[in-house]
Amino acid sequence: MSIVSPLVQPVLLIALPLVGSIMAFLLSSRRATVGVAVVAGNLGLVGGLIGRLCATGPWQHSVGGWGAPLGIDLYLDGLSATMLAMTALVSLGISAYSAAYFSATAARHFWPLWLLLLAAMNALFLSRDLFNLYVTLELVGIAAVALTAMRGQRDALVAAMRYLLTTLLGSMSYLLGVALLYHSVGSVDMVLIGETPVPPPVAAAAFALMAVGLLLKTALFPFHFWLPGAHSSASAPVSAALSALVVKVGFYILLRLWIEVFPALADEIAGLLGFLGGVAVLWGSLQAILQQRAKMLVAYSTVAQLGYFFLALPLVAAGGSRVWGAIVLLVLAHALAKAAMFMAAGNLLAFAGHDRIRDLDRVVQRMPLTAAALGLAGVSIMGLPPSGGFSGKWLLLQASLEQGNWPIALVLLLGGVLAAVYVFKLLEHIFTSGTPTGEPRAVARTMEWAPLMLAIGAIALGFLTTTVLDLLAVGEPFVPGRRDDY
Amino acid sequence: MTPAQLYALVGIGLFFVGLYALGVRRHLLPRILALNIMGSGVFVVLVALARRSSEVDPVPHAMVITGIVVAVSATALALRLMLRVAHATGSAQLTDTGDD
Repeated sequence: MSIVSPLVQPVLLIALPLVGSIMAFLLSSRRATVGVAVVAGNLGLVGGLIGRLCATGPWQHSVGGWGAPLGIDLYLDGLSATMLAMTALVSLGISAYSAAYFSATAARHFWPLWLLLLAAMNALFLSRDLFNLYVTLELVGIAAVALTAMRGQRDALVAAMRYLLTTLLGSMSYLLGVALLYHSVGSVDMVLIGETPVPPPVAAAAFALMAVGLLLKTALFPFHFWLPGAHSSASAPVSAALSALVVKVGFYILLRLWIEVFPALADEIAGLLGFLGGVAVLWGSLQAILQQRAKMLVAYSTVAQLGYFFLALPLVAAGGSRVWGAIVLLVLAHALAKAAMFMAAGNLLAFAGHDRIRDLDRVVQRMPLTAAALGLAGVSIMGLPPSGGFSGKWLLLQASLEQGNWPIALVLLLGGVLAAVYVFKLLEHIFTSGTPTGEPRAVARTMEWAPLMLAIGAIALGFLTTTVLDLLAVGEPFVPGRRDDY
Repeated sequence: MTPAQLYALVGIGLFFVGLYALGVRRHLLPRILALNIMGSGVFVVLVALARRSSEVDPVPHAMVITGIVVAVSATALALRLMLRVAHATGSAQLTDTGDD
């Protein structure tokens, strides 16, 4: 193990938000200051870790020196670093927004839960054994449900309850799969399980249980039933966190399982998942077009955009790490753009007092930054150049054409057109509609800047594609069993 | 069939009994209990399958203890949320809110 510089420890990524969460809970004021400072510190730490990762390569850290199997190992490679960076950046935008968004009473509930969610997501991206992943997955789920319910309105409570039942069912299914694998291998270490021969029926049953559990949490069509309600009824910063970050967590674990544990089995179900992903893209986009409320539209757009990650899976078998890179680019682009969209939609709602698209006021003069944020985020969601969304979809389109996979290419193009329809449905009313239905309320400056910065990030990702792909390749996370090399 | 396998089968049975109840019951309390039964089933499987050879592996036991802590927290959250839902909607069932 390499010498660890005292300031840049992966464990701090878990400890800092956790301590911050407890502080935010105990403090009687200045919760937002603590929260933003912790999230900014988190971004600094992630930056330091990435610097070290690029200098020395991937590494593993045994917390407290105990080591597996009873201790906890943290592991960092290009993929986990990319996910951590995505989480840190988007979290900072969401935190800046939240500092202005929440009243003092709501802040008392928001900041402890939000920092707990950040700690749980960081821990998840640093975990590499199936049981730690279960625990962190539950922590993410519990914090996310509590944040959804926080608004206390009837629709939010019902949606949170449905979300909780779904996420717990997903965890149970996942954990039963882990139990079956443990019996065959005697370990929960991903790489070890991947290298150990497991009787095919056990492996198939375990993979099916784990995959179904994770798909429920990732809301792949037809498991998306809980998502639009939960994501649209939560308060704006929470919606942003749920859509941008929380749903990606299940997909990340699935991706790791795909590569490390079940490569052979995964290739067999790639076609099915690709098909469901294609249906999700088309059906989610159509639903988004049909929605009457801005936040529901954005939530259904998430269902569609999640579909792309799965749509690309059939290309992986032949396309390898290049296709994985494109998928991760789409994950990043969606995180930035969708967080921006939900926060901008939150501004429309705060400004007009409602989010009925038809009655939306012409806000472009009075909230130009929000309108710009919606427009730029929309560019990335539609997959127009230059943006992260474009880079990801372009790479996928190339791969599907090279492999002669016409259905996927067709869905990619059609999905882009449908996305344009729902993005312009939203933009059109902001730019043209007239009659204001009530007295508009002013929106704080930071609440306008935060989504704009994230939307600019989604565009900038289009120029940084090579940098991101280089970072992603550190430690070759897309080649199974590469962990022995650290 | 060894006793360990029998226990594991019982655990899988519990998992599916819970899954069935989660699917057919409408009231939230039985649904939360159903998830707990599923969890117990998984824990029984973990403990039973820990006996891989003549020696008993302590790691799954540690996992089950962690799992119980997680299950208790999740259940507490679920029960509290159920009360809030019942208070807000007048019924402890998830009515179809639709996508209006």
